[in-house]
Amino acid sequence: MAFRNYILVCGGTACESSRSQQIFDNLKLEAEKQGVADEVQIVQTGCFGFCEQGPIVKILPEDSFYVKVAPEDAHELIAEHIIKGREVKRLLYDKEKAAKHAQVEDIKFYQKQFRIVLRNCGFIDPENINEYIARDGYAALEKALFEMTPEDIIEQLKIAGLRGRGGAGFPTWMKWNFSKNVESDIKYVVCNADEGDPGAYMDRSTLEGDPHSVLEAMTICGKAIGAHQGFIYIRAEYPLAIHRLEVAMAQSKELGLLGKDILGSGFDFDIEIRLGAGAFVCGEETALLQSIMGHRGMPVPRPPFPAVKGLWEKPTVINNVETWANIPVIIHKGGEWFSKIGDEDSHGTKVFALTGKICNSGLVEVPMGTTLREIVYDIGGGIAHGKKFKAVQTGGPSGGVITSENLDTPIDFGSLVKIGSMMGSGGMIVMDEDDCMVDVAKFYLNFTVDESCGKCMPCRIGGKTMLGILEKITDGKGTMKDLDTLTEIANTMRKASLCALGQTSPNPVMSTMKFFRDEYIAHIVDKKCPAGKCKKLISYVIDPAKCKGCTACARKCPVSCISGSLKQPHTIDQTKCIKCGTCIQTCKFGAISIQ
Amino acid sequence: MAKISLEELRKLREQKQDALQKRDLAGKDSQIIVGMGTCGIAAGAKTVLDEFLKVLDEEKIENVAVTQTGCMGLCYVEPTVEVIVPGMPATIYGKVDAAVAREIVKSHVIGKKLVTDHIYDRPSVDIMKA
Repeated sequence: MAFRNYILVCGGTACESSRSQQIFDNLKLEAEKQGVADEVQIVQTGCFGFCEQGPIVKILPEDSFYVKVAPEDAHELIAEHIIKGREVKRLLYDKEKAAKHAQVEDIKFYQKQFRIVLRNCGFIDPENINEYIARDGYAALEKALFEMTPEDIIEQLKIAGLRGRGGAGFPTWMKWNFSKNVESDIKYVVCNADEGDPGAYMDRSTLEGDPHSVLEAMTICGKAIGAHQGFIYIRAEYPLAIHRLEVAMAQSKELGLLGKDILGSGFDFDIEIRLGAGAFVCGEETALLQSIMGHRGMPVPRPPFPAVKGLWEKPTVINNVETWANIPVIIHKGGEWFSKIGDEDSHGTKVFALTGKICNSGLVEVPMGTTLREIVYDIGGGIAHGKKFKAVQTGGPSGGVITSENLDTPIDFGSLVKIGSMMGSGGMIVMDEDDCMVDVAKFYLNFTVDESCGKCMPCRIGGKTMLGILEKITDGKGTMKDLDTLTEIANTMRKASLCALGQTSPNPVMSTMKFFRDEYIAHIVDKKCPAGKCKKLISYVIDPAKCKGCTACARKCPVSCISGSLKQPHTIDQTKCIKCGTCIQTCKFGAISIQ
Repeated sequence: MAKISLEELRKLREQKQDALQKRDLAGKDSQIIVGMGTCGIAAGAKTVLDEFLKVLDEEKIENVAVTQTGCMGLCYVEPTVEVIVPGMPATIYGKVDAAVAREIVKSHVIGKKLVTDHIYDRPSVDIMKA
């Protein structure tokens, strides 16, 4: 049955929260009403990655890319585009190009991207296994089950040079090889879907958009190491991803692509979902395994590594969602093909969740070795509201900042470590001149202090003490000696903490201290916050020359600290002011400034 | 017992690939664009579009995308259809009905020969008649 048009509606969490479900329903309804229901296929897909412009609707074969679509637009899209063949110009992404076509290839956001992990996101219906199969889905599994030995599979991963995408970048083939070589009656395969970095949502989108890629990869791993049981550990706060996984697993089981005697090969493999409660530390592999076993999510010392002794003391391969999603493609196309993508240090691609003060926030997948400048300016469209670029934070609470001097650093595992940051799982938060770096460091440290499990002392007490010092500095009570104390505690935490959470949590502080030492000094010596963020160090002041005495600010002030009579310059009582910024937004004459 | 065999999976993939490929312009080098402004629709462009899809399906032609556009400005010879096939001049046909649509597929798309009686704009009518 051929359809003449295909409407792809984004069903990722970001678009769904802006009513994409209703758009989908309305389009179906309108197609029915206008009598084209059997000529048009309407599909709900995974995330397109261009979340800034969501909800996204794409119509094929014209490849029209509609952005910021509202449920009310459904009538027009069907009546104009489908029936009359006229694109609805006001909803097209690139309105100047509307005369021609706003095709996906024309959009700069997609031009520099290379999609392996997100190959199916935004194209297939994630709740329909047939569409995955049609895009070469389960072809890698066929190969692995019938044509390859476990050694062959691991050899292909070795040739590909795939390194773990969860942050540390450990070679995947080595992990698998360790587990394969351990004699054991039972082995396990685990997918780490406990994505917890603030601002990161790559794994969620992959699972929502292409759940079968992870199921297929885990089954391949089962064959390679001799395991018959897999677990997906995912946080309960990802309901859509869980739902799509459940649907995918049910469909796979029905076709016999999961379960007993897969495709008649005699190989059995099954997968279960385990829900996490959303503790950041459970993304650490040993804590995650503890949680799966029903214990408190706390890390345990390594070695032994999980690959040798993991779940219930049995060899366990644990990989991150993005790593898994790469594997079917590597097996299908061969390790050699994969090894040619990227640069010398790191092969393949990396998915980043681009957020913060950037024009096009969203999901991007680029070949390794792409520079940060390309990501921020070419793909991301530069800094929002014409402000000045200050830094990019990568690696979440374990990473560091990259400044404008290092914008041309290629993004790969080695280069990022060299400049004092790390790849991390892929969160990329862009900061502009309005961001105070001491405040940013405080934000991340606050997060890790909250999420510390408390098992080991360096992390539990070190983090809290460092946070106390940062608060002192942003309150204007810091001394220069505090900077030395921060460094000293950081070094201890790095050396003595039990797991990566504690070892890396001082990174945001150390990295901002290294690159933005002047800002720390401004807080300590001049008692000023150059970005105007730290409330204790700023005051709102009315310029009497510009103030017209309109009383607008005085009426809006929530604590009534602005006084003055009509048509006379007003003043702010600094002892009562809570620095909420309402007056600045209210003033029409630009008379209020931060000092 | 396996529920689906290797052969069945491969067959299923082939089948579904077909359906999915029709969604994408990638891999298609030819285009049939039907003018579907109000005038075109009133003159029967809808039937023409349906016929194109039907014939392409019958002939199992995979490299042609059937799309639609607004009014081409040749309202006096609606329905109009633009056909773009590699190695052939881009051609605009007018007064197309279901029968002509069928002929366009058979002679223009498959036989690489223009359907001269129905050329109205591109390539220039004078050149064609000369």
